[in-house]
Amino acid sequence: MKIIVCIKQVPDTETQIKIAPGGKSIVKDDIKWVMNPYDEYGVEEALRIKEKLGGEVIVVGLGPKRVTESLRTALAMGADKGILISDPAAEGSDALATAKALATAIKGLQPDLIFAGQRGVDEDMGIAGAALAEYLGIPHFSVITKVEMAPDGKSVKCHKPVEGQTLVFEAPLPVVITAQKGLNEPRYASLPGIMKAKKKPLEEKTLAALGLNPSEFGEGARKLKIVEITPPPARKAGKIVQGDSPESKAKELAKLLHEEAKAI
Amino acid sequence: MPQGVMVIAEQRDGEIRKVSYEVVSEGKRLADKLGQKVIAVLLGQNIKAKAATLGHYGADKIVVADDAKLASYTPDAYASVIAQVVKANDPAILLLGASVQGKDLAARLSARLGVGMAQDCTAFSIDNGRLNAVRPIYAGKAYAKVTFSDNYPHIATARPNVMPTNPPDASKAAETADAGVALDDSALKTKVADVIRDAAGKVDLTEADKIVSGGRGMKGPEGFKVLEDLAAVMGASVGASRSAVDAGWRSHTDQVGQTGKVVSPNLYVACGISGAIQHLAGMSTSKVVVAINKDPEAPIFQKADYGVVDDLFKVVPALTEEVKKMA
Repeated sequence: MKIIVCIKQVPDTETQIKIAPGGKSIVKDDIKWVMNPYDEYGVEEALRIKEKLGGEVIVVGLGPKRVTESLRTALAMGADKGILISDPAAEGSDALATAKALATAIKGLQPDLIFAGQRGVDEDMGIAGAALAEYLGIPHFSVITKVEMAPDGKSVKCHKPVEGQTLVFEAPLPVVITAQKGLNEPRYASLPGIMKAKKKPLEEKTLAALGLNPSEFGEGARKLKIVEITPPPARKAGKIVQGDSPESKAKELAKLLHEEAKAI
Repeated sequence: MPQGVMVIAEQRDGEIRKVSYEVVSEGKRLADKLGQKVIAVLLGQNIKAKAATLGHYGADKIVVADDAKLASYTPDAYASVIAQVVKANDPAILLLGASVQGKDLAARLSARLGVGMAQDCTAFSIDNGRLNAVRPIYAGKAYAKVTFSDNYPHIATARPNVMPTNPPDASKAAETADAGVALDDSALKTKVADVIRDAAGKVDLTEADKIVSGGRGMKGPEGFKVLEDLAAVMGASVGASRSAVDAGWRSHTDQVGQTGKVVSPNLYVACGISGAIQHLAGMSTSKVVVAINKDPEAPIFQKADYGVVDDLFKVVPALTEEVKKMA
C-alpha cells in the first residue's frame, strides 16, 4: 500500500491572533507553528494501515521552509518519506491552488490512499481534501471517524457522522479521506523515532519543478479574496445575576431568561 | 452573464432541513438586491411533494432531482447532479447551508467549477453587484470579510441558525421543474453501505434550539446528571467542553468548540466551563449565553449575557425547579 498524508502548519491554538496594519492579514511573527491538529489523525491512521497491510507512508506539505519541522515530526511518528513543496510564488495561495500543487506532486506517486486533516484550524474552510480528490479524479470522504480497509486492500469503508446519523460510504481505492477527531489517538514520536527521522529522505520541490505555472498561484490568483480582517464582533456586556443564595440567583435567572431574554 | 441566486436545499429522510429555509430566505434577500431570481435545488428520492415549501420562503423556481441513487447523500452523485444544474442555469451565486453535507458539497463543487467558496458565513452583502461574505477564522479569534474573483458562481455556505427565515407564504407557488440530469454510473464510485442512526430522540447539537453544556467543573461523568435534568425540563440538548470529553466523561460527539462542533442555539448555558478561546469558537454565535461558574475570574463571563457566580451543583437543580414551575 502506498499511502500519502497531506499536512500543513497552523498557529498553535493558544496563539493570540493580531491583525496586521492594513487589515488584510494577520501578524505572522512570534507565532508558534505546529502540525494542524486534524492532520495528526491522518498521519496516525496511515501508519496503522501500513502496520496492518504493509507498504509505505509519504507525507507531503506545502509552505515555507519551517514546514519541514512538521514533516520531520510525521517521519518521527513512523512515516517513511517527506516531500516539501516550497516556493515564494505559492505564498498567499488559496485552497484550490494549494490542492492543485499537492495533486500534481502526488499524482506521479500513484497512491492507493490519501489522508488529510478535515480542515485547517487557521482558515477553518475544509476545502483542500475535496479539491485534491477532484483534481486527482477520485472520490473523497470528509470528516471521517472510522476507516475500515477491505481485507484485499482494494476498497475502503468510511464512517461520516452527519446530523442525526452516520453514513457508511464504500468505494474502490484510491480515495482521499479527511480525518476527524475521534478517528484514532495519534502516537507521540519516540526518541528513537526522532533520531531515525533525521535520516529519512525529505525532498524539496518548487512549483516549476512540478511543471506548474507560478502565475496560477499566490495572492493574485486567489478565487476568494480578503477584503478585510477585523476582531470578532463584541457582545453586548452581560450582567451578573444577583442574589443572596444559589436558589435566589436561580430564581432571578429563570425570570430574566423568560421575561427579558425570552429564551425559555 | 451569470444571473440569479441558486440555493441547494438539503433533505434528510425526505424532510427539508431548517437550514435550507434560512438559506432560501437569505438568497431571496440577496436576489432582491440584485433584482434577480432565486432557484432552489432539491436532491433526494420521493421528495417532489415537499419541494414546494421552498417557494413559500422565497424561491422563484424549484428544480428537483428525484432518483433512487440520490436517496442518501454521496459527494460523487450530488456534486455531479449539481454541477449539471449549475451549468444549465448559470447562476451568479450558489448558496448552501453550512451543515456537514453542505460544507462537504460546497468544497467539492468549488474545485469542480473552479470558483471561490466562502465556508460557514455569518453574514452576506452585495457590494458593487458582487457577493461579499463575513466568516470567522482562527476559531473566531478574527473575522474575515471576503469577496470573489470573476469566476462564477460565487459559492458560500451559511452557518445554521444565524440568518433569519422569511415568514412563509403558502400562497407563493414557485415554478417546479425536473433537473433532467444524467447520473453516469461509471462516474459514481461511491456507495452508501449503511446508515447508522443516532439514539432515538437525541437532537444533534448543531440543530438544538437550547444547549446546556458542562466542562471541567462538572468534576466527573456523574456531575452531568444535573445538566441532563435541566436539559430535560428545558427541551435542551447536553453538550460538553473539550476538558470533559478528553477526561472521558462525555462522548466526542457532544463536544462544543474548536475541535468539536460549532453550535448556534438560541440559548447556551455553560456550566463549570472556564471559557477558553477554543470553547468560545464553538458557541460564540449563540443568541443568549448563560454562564454558571464559581470562579468570578472565569473568561466565560466576558462572553455571557447572564452570569451566575456560584456553585453550579446548587444553582442548576434550583434552576430546574424554577423552569418546572413555568411549565
